Amino acid sequence: MDKFKLAVLFFVFQTACFAQDKIDGVVLEMTAANKEVALQGANVYWLNSQIGTITNGKGEFNIAFSDEYNKLVISYVGFETDTLTITSPGTITHILRPSSELDEVVVEKKRDAVQKSFASTQNVITVNSAELLKAACCNLSESFETNPAIDVNFSDALTGTKQIQMLGLTSPYLLITQENIPMVRGASQAYGLTFTPGTWVESIQITKGAGSVVNGYESISGQINTELVKPFTDELLFVNAYGNVNGRLELNTHINTKLSDKIGTGIYIHGNLRNKKEENNGDGFLDAPVADQINIMNRWQYQNAEKGWVSFLNLRYLNDEKQTGEIDFDPDAWIRLRSANESGSLDDSTYRTQSEALGWGSEINTQRFDASLKLGYVFPELPFQSFGFQTSYSDHRQDSYYGFNRYDIDHKSVFSNLLFNSIIGDTRNKFTTGLTYAYDRYNELVNTGNFSRQDVSAGAFFEYSYENLEKLSLTAGLRIDSHNRLGTYLTPRLHMRYTPWDRGSLRASFGRGRRAANIFAENQQLFASARAIQILDTEGSIYGLDPEDAWNYGVSFLQGFTFLNRPGNITLDYYKTDFKNQVVVDWENPNAVFFYNLDGKSVANSFQVEVNHEILNSLELRTAYKYYDVNTDYRNGNLQKPLQAQHRFFVNLGYETQAKENGAQWKFDYTLHTLGEQRLPNTDVNPPEFRLGEFAQGYSLMNAQVTKVFSKAMEVYVGGENLTNFKQQNPVLGAEDPFGANFDTSIVYAPIMGRMFYAGFRYKL
Amino acid sequence: MKKLFLVLVLALTTTLAFAQDKNKKMTMEVDGKCDMCKARIEKAALGVKGVKYAYWDIPTHQLSLILDERKTDPMQVKTALVAVGHDTKELKATEEAYNAVHPCCKYRDDATDDSEKH
Repeated sequence: MDKFKLAVLFFVFQTACFAQDKIDGVVLEMTAANKEVALQGANVYWLNSQIGTITNGKGEFNIAFSDEYNKLVISYVGFETDTLTITSPGTITHILRPSSELDEVVVEKKRDAVQKSFASTQNVITVNSAELLKAACCNLSESFETNPAIDVNFSDALTGTKQIQMLGLTSPYLLITQENIPMVRGASQAYGLTFTPGTWVESIQITKGAGSVVNGYESISGQINTELVKPFTDELLFVNAYGNVNGRLELNTHINTKLSDKIGTGIYIHGNLRNKKEENNGDGFLDAPVADQINIMNRWQYQNAEKGWVSFLNLRYLNDEKQTGEIDFDPDAWIRLRSANESGSLDDSTYRTQSEALGWGSEINTQRFDASLKLGYVFPELPFQSFGFQTSYSDHRQDSYYGFNRYDIDHKSVFSNLLFNSIIGDTRNKFTTGLTYAYDRYNELVNTGNFSRQDVSAGAFFEYSYENLEKLSLTAGLRIDSHNRLGTYLTPRLHMRYTPWDRGSLRASFGRGRRAANIFAENQQLFASARAIQILDTEGSIYGLDPEDAWNYGVSFLQGFTFLNRPGNITLDYYKTDFKNQVVVDWENPNAVFFYNLDGKSVANSFQVEVNHEILNSLELRTAYKYYDVNTDYRNGNLQKPLQAQHRFFVNLGYETQAKENGAQWKFDYTLHTLGEQRLPNTDVNPPEFRLGEFAQGYSLMNAQVTKVFSKAMEVYVGGENLTNFKQQNPVLGAEDPFGANFDTSIVYAPIMGRMFYAGFRYKL
Repeated sequence: MKKLFLVLVLALTTTLAFAQDKNKKMTMEVDGKCDMCKARIEKAALGVKGVKYAYWDIPTHQLSLILDERKTDPMQVKTALVAVGHDTKELKATEEAYNAVHPCCKYRDDATDDSEKH
């Protein structure tokens, strides 16, 4: 019994003893209403010790007391840190004073975390709006002329539409997205880049090589993402007008309003018009189409930084009309003839004779409606965790004819992507996962043949990225998709970056891409010729052809340097695209174009060396040499891709005077493109007068622009394109007889228009 | 179906956000001056098991942390920071650790934000 008492006493004594060596306390804040509220998660430490704790949900803490320390620190984000002198154990109640200054910093931090991208492992080039102003025109297809990553090519002699290429492959092999929603695809493949006005663009991210699995499986040689201007950050009013001596006029107006500090909206209107008929090379054909476009977008932005919500809603309507062909061609008369023939009141032979008398012409009319919605949520307490939802709908109708060839396409598309971002353990290990759903309905009329199909796909993806803040980072992604025509398949993508030494960065990537080739929409320029269209395969699921499937491998090395006390960098790139299957577009016979599945090899190799340096103060030099080896096994053997220069050289010089306080300055910009010889498609079976050589000679193009900024509100620019006045001599083969067997407008390797000057102004409020 | 998934994601993540002890948010002052310091500080903090998120702001010298309280506590983070040569309010780095930082990061003489100069 005594023993028991002793034990109890001892136990009680011990506890009491322990309790004596502690500080119990509570940390509070005083609200605006003079109410005391517990502060949860405040830091409590002994200064210069390893002993510390955090307050619980009621603001309470307890910390061991020792004679060694007597300064107790209490700190909390957004509050001033207090240090208390404590010499004996006991209980304390402490009120922290807020520091409003720090609150703002916290909001700032959240925003940063949202913007942090995991894309650093990829070879991404960001083009900002200042860069886009260097070539003061006009739409997305023309905005890459000052950038060596993208090559700008002419697609045909009729429309003069500029097509872009990356790594030696044309735009269908690129995934083109607008704010990460696929945009230029399907029916809009040929002209879609001309449907985004340059002034709407805030920045462009160009990714070379395999892209991220997050945006889908379609990218093969790279990805181009366009960020549009946002109602909250764009000017309240922006007006840009442009005119050139060839009769092209453009007007861009942006009007933005903030309805509250959370909701903003903007209306963006673009119109362009070319009603002057240009014919300078004497072939009787218009050098550029007579065209007009109306493009209207309404954009809504919602953001609530406190709650972590961000949302965008876009609505857009486009009407684009182009008319080309012989200079005296009257489209109305031709349409009357055609409908008379279709209704049976005009017999075929009379229709043909009368049409031929009227001349050869073409019209391409497009109407498009787009809607897209983005929703993002960042967990306010966990800046590394977020989810996003993107969805879009588009209806694209193009009605067109090229002489007797008729091509109409109606493409309705739905795309949805749901994403969730978080971390594994800590922020060095991040992941993105989600689901994709896509639906496409195509209705095509190709001459008298009707093609229609519905494509449905659903997929899931997971992308892991590792970033240790120093030497190595890595992004590995995998997606699985099930598509009613492409089957069920895996798309792996891997990107790595290693920093071997100061200012050096070595990148490597590989990945797979798959797509359904829309052979007619992507090769529309071939309709403007006498070529017969033949599809040689019948077994496949898309026009009888199989889906395209390719692997892309790349290495890139970037080294920064300082020369003459000014910074510069050098980049070496090598990329290879290896097709497992490709839809070969074979136009090596001037009488036909054949589409068939690849049998053998098709490889695109690209090598690029690029040097950027500020050679004098404010004088920036950008120069690049590119080598392409793009070859395919055709039915008649392995050939280099036609109309592809193997050697290219690029120089861009930019100079700006020091800006005055009101923003006034001069800006000068000069660009030189030199293209080596290009292989021409074979024309040997033509009669001698319609044969072209094996190669087209090389040539150089020069563009220059001067901008005078008067103030932050007003600037004026003048510029010139193709200053050396280089023109292709005979862009239209068989121009004398456009209804004859040798008519071909598709072999275009150089500009058709000569030297051209333009001027314009920008006004912002 | 999509709606259901959204609801599920919301439900799941809301639960995570409310489980406070797993995601304790806090800030502390850490001395340093440039981007190089930033990388070193954030790396050292993330190197402590249980630290999920570390962001050091150059002008304010504030290190924002999110950590799993069941696995670590702020003192362990501070110990890791002083080990790589960065002073905190409560714990100072040893002379030896401080001397190991890059010469441009010697913040004790001048702790201004000079990230623009690098």
